[in-house]
Amino acid sequence: MNEWLTTALIVFPLAAALVVWILPWSNQAAGSLALLAALVEVGIWINALIRFDFDGGLELQQQREWFGDLGVSYHVGLYGWSLWLVGMSVVVLASAIAYAYWTGRDNPRAYFGLMLFLTGAVVGVFSSQDLLVFYVFFEAMLIPLYVLVGVWGGPGRLGATIKFVIYTMAGSLLMLAAIVGYGIEHGTFDIAEGPTSGNHWIFLGFVIAFAVKAPLFPLHGWLPDAYRESSAEVSAVLSGVVSKAAGFGFLAIAIRLFPEPADDLQPLVLGLATAGLIYGSFLAFRAPDVRGVIAYSSLAQMSLITIGLFALDDLGSSGAVLHMVNHGLISAALFLLAGAVERRTATGDFARLGGMARGRPALATVLMATGIIALAVPGSSAFAGEFLILAGIFDDGWGWAVAGAIAIVLAAMYMLRMISGVLHQDVGPAVPEEALDLRPAELAVIVPLVACLLVLSAWPAAITERLSF
Amino acid sequence: MDTPTVDWFALSPSLALLAASGLALLGAVLVPRGAVRAFSAVVCALGFVGAGVAAGLLYWKSPEATLEVADAISRDRFGALAQLIVAGAGFLAVGISYGQRTREDHVGEYFALLAACGGGMAFLVQAANLMTLFLGLEWFSICLYILCAIEIDRVSSLEAGLKYLIVGSFGSAVLLFGSALVYGATGALEFSAIAAAIDEQGLVNDGLVLAGLAMLIAGLGFKASAAPFHMWTPDVYEGAPTPITAFMSAATKAVALVLTMRVLVTAFPAEDDLWTIAVAVIACVSLAWGNIAALVQRNLKRMLAYSSVSHAGFMLIAVAADNELGAKALLFYLIPYSAASLGAFGVIAARERELGQRVTLENIGGMGWERPVLGVSMWVFMLAFAGLPLTGGFVGKFYVFAAAWESGWWWLVVAGVIATAISLYYYLAVIRSMYMRMPAELQLAPAGGSPPREALLSTSVVACMAVTVGSFFAVQPLIDLAEKAAAQLPL
Repeated sequence: MNEWLTTALIVFPLAAALVVWILPWSNQAAGSLALLAALVEVGIWINALIRFDFDGGLELQQQREWFGDLGVSYHVGLYGWSLWLVGMSVVVLASAIAYAYWTGRDNPRAYFGLMLFLTGAVVGVFSSQDLLVFYVFFEAMLIPLYVLVGVWGGPGRLGATIKFVIYTMAGSLLMLAAIVGYGIEHGTFDIAEGPTSGNHWIFLGFVIAFAVKAPLFPLHGWLPDAYRESSAEVSAVLSGVVSKAAGFGFLAIAIRLFPEPADDLQPLVLGLATAGLIYGSFLAFRAPDVRGVIAYSSLAQMSLITIGLFALDDLGSSGAVLHMVNHGLISAALFLLAGAVERRTATGDFARLGGMARGRPALATVLMATGIIALAVPGSSAFAGEFLILAGIFDDGWGWAVAGAIAIVLAAMYMLRMISGVLHQDVGPAVPEEALDLRPAELAVIVPLVACLLVLSAWPAAITERLSF
Repeated sequence: MDTPTVDWFALSPSLALLAASGLALLGAVLVPRGAVRAFSAVVCALGFVGAGVAAGLLYWKSPEATLEVADAISRDRFGALAQLIVAGAGFLAVGISYGQRTREDHVGEYFALLAACGGGMAFLVQAANLMTLFLGLEWFSICLYILCAIEIDRVSSLEAGLKYLIVGSFGSAVLLFGSALVYGATGALEFSAIAAAIDEQGLVNDGLVLAGLAMLIAGLGFKASAAPFHMWTPDVYEGAPTPITAFMSAATKAVALVLTMRVLVTAFPAEDDLWTIAVAVIACVSLAWGNIAALVQRNLKRMLAYSSVSHAGFMLIAVAADNELGAKALLFYLIPYSAASLGAFGVIAARERELGQRVTLENIGGMGWERPVLGVSMWVFMLAFAGLPLTGGFVGKFYVFAAAWESGWWWLVVAGVIATAISLYYYLAVIRSMYMRMPAELQLAPAGGSPPREALLSTSVVACMAVTVGSFFAVQPLIDLAEKAAAQLPL
């Protein structure tokens, strides 16, 4: 039974996607069925969490031969830390599906089918223990995202999708070459049991692919367009969930299989990540619209996570994993809130927004709470994550830690600017008097995300003590 | 002179198709006019089924590779597997052809020629000496010349036939000249005898042999439409009737590449340090030229023609690897590639019949939402061409790269990776047109009403999709087939 649990987590949403997409449901039925499937997926994850043995290393694993002559097998399984990433993903995707259901989308069968397909692919990425299986799911994420942005996105969606796909594919094709190189040289493609390699080129192939996906400076060119042109819930998934595939790749593949190159090239990766951290923070501070702030803060936060991972010690990795979960929940909540604001005002520009707090207490409270957690106020889960990351990197050189600390100050600046730009100041010209507060349905979608964050703030050790690297 | 013993069983795939061809021709005369189309199509399809069954039996019953009919024909699993691919492609091509508005007075000949062409291909992949090689090549080429030009009411069809005839004949002449040089130097026709002669007489650096080898590679490159021998490809693919383009892109490419591999590894193992480099260079040129030229095409058939040039490049990487993994990779790659190629041209044929004009990126707009089954199939075919997962195209590319890496050609892997990245732009452009264009940009079908329903075409396209996706999940059984076939080559 346990053996099949991971496979069930992957296959259930894929099967649900087919059912939603192929059978002739009415618009209403397609959406509610997709939401139901997403909630069942969360249930399956909770079931896995209960059965999980956090002292056991790789758990819930299953291995079947796929093509034996090259040593490729369907091998999936979860570590403690990847279980948390899966949990964050299924929760965020469920809320994204619920949000889309509430706002309504054209061609709902195709839309929700793709969202469920994406869920399965994301879970597949986080649970794959074979390089080729990983690559398959990594690319499989791209297919639904391409359509979700390209068909249901904003006016500039075509340009955004082209950029997004070309960047991502260029990176992942390099990774394919690296996978071939590693696998042929070592006769196995297994991630969990594969031997370590000292080949710097192969290591770089992996790192570039993940650096595009995260994204890391200077490979973030696709990010602002993709995050602005997608619908709100797709942006939430892109920045909250999909970017974490890079974190998984760094930790499970690049650092684990290539310890020596990772050590040699640590300054390079840390340098790029630090540059991205500072640069992204400044861009977020200067961004003219809500989505811009969240998008560039995503760049900064992913850079911070990369710094934690490339501290190459347990402290940094624990912080990075905790922060990946944090950032997933935070940026999903923020993007959904941005979507709610845009629905009411038809704009995200700070110049035309403002003063929305008056008479809209729910919006003000939720946005404020999420923003405060995002700027890592002491006591929040984001603070715990960032603290661990900085503590982990301190041993590698205090300079990195100082840069990280500066970025945390900058985070406070851009988050507060965003909160005040939307909620406070004079009432903006685009804010109609009759714009409603958050509706109960919107609260039902966003509040669970914030609640998860509050629980983690109270008890970050729930994750950091259950990682089983 | 002795009459050689003839192993009829080894020839059965070709014979089945020849019989079907003859029967279809008889039907064109004897069957009442209204029933000619159905009769000849069924006969032709049965011919391909028969050839497929015969090839399957041949594969099953040939655990050892042998030479038959006075050493002119090789009976082995390598050839049998290629025949299976040809038979499958031909069978599906019949389904795509059925609704084509061919002139009623030519339809019997059309299917007869299609079957005869398949027979020639089945014969060619078994060729074991330079004579049967040339015979098979001309046999199927002449059928194709006529098939390309069969829509005589369209100037572009005539142009395609003529162009293919001239350039193809030039390619054949080069090949024939090369064969003559090799024969002159070694005194042997049969492939393994050529290898033995080169070895015994110390002809490794002999000028005649090298010139002959180069001309052989060039001649086969014409048929495989590998750059720089591809210049006929876009015009012919564009002008020929779309079902014929579909069949050519799948089957012609398959047999030409399979035969290239057979000739090079059987007849010229001693020269492999030279021809691997030559093939690798041709592969790189094909990848670069095919992909870059495809970027600027608006006409879908031309775009896929250039894409087929680039795929010849990918498969030549497998040939250049010159190892057993490479032979396996080539055979595997051909399965999803042929299916995707047939299917993609099938979708284009459907749109062409609906609009009555050439299919471009503009007028395919919105098709994905109008005709969901064909739309999703086209998605799958484009992803397969681009080598994305959940299609067999991914596994094929993976095997090709693995083969290249194993023989130390890491830069070929990098070239393949760059080519794939470029190719994404135009493959995704097709999907972009079909699904993402603004409603205002859409050019709707000129005639009102719903598009014509063509059950046969749709079924064929769906079958292609099933093979394309199925070859991703069922890798092991297919690779086992390819492995047993590759093991019979002298690698």
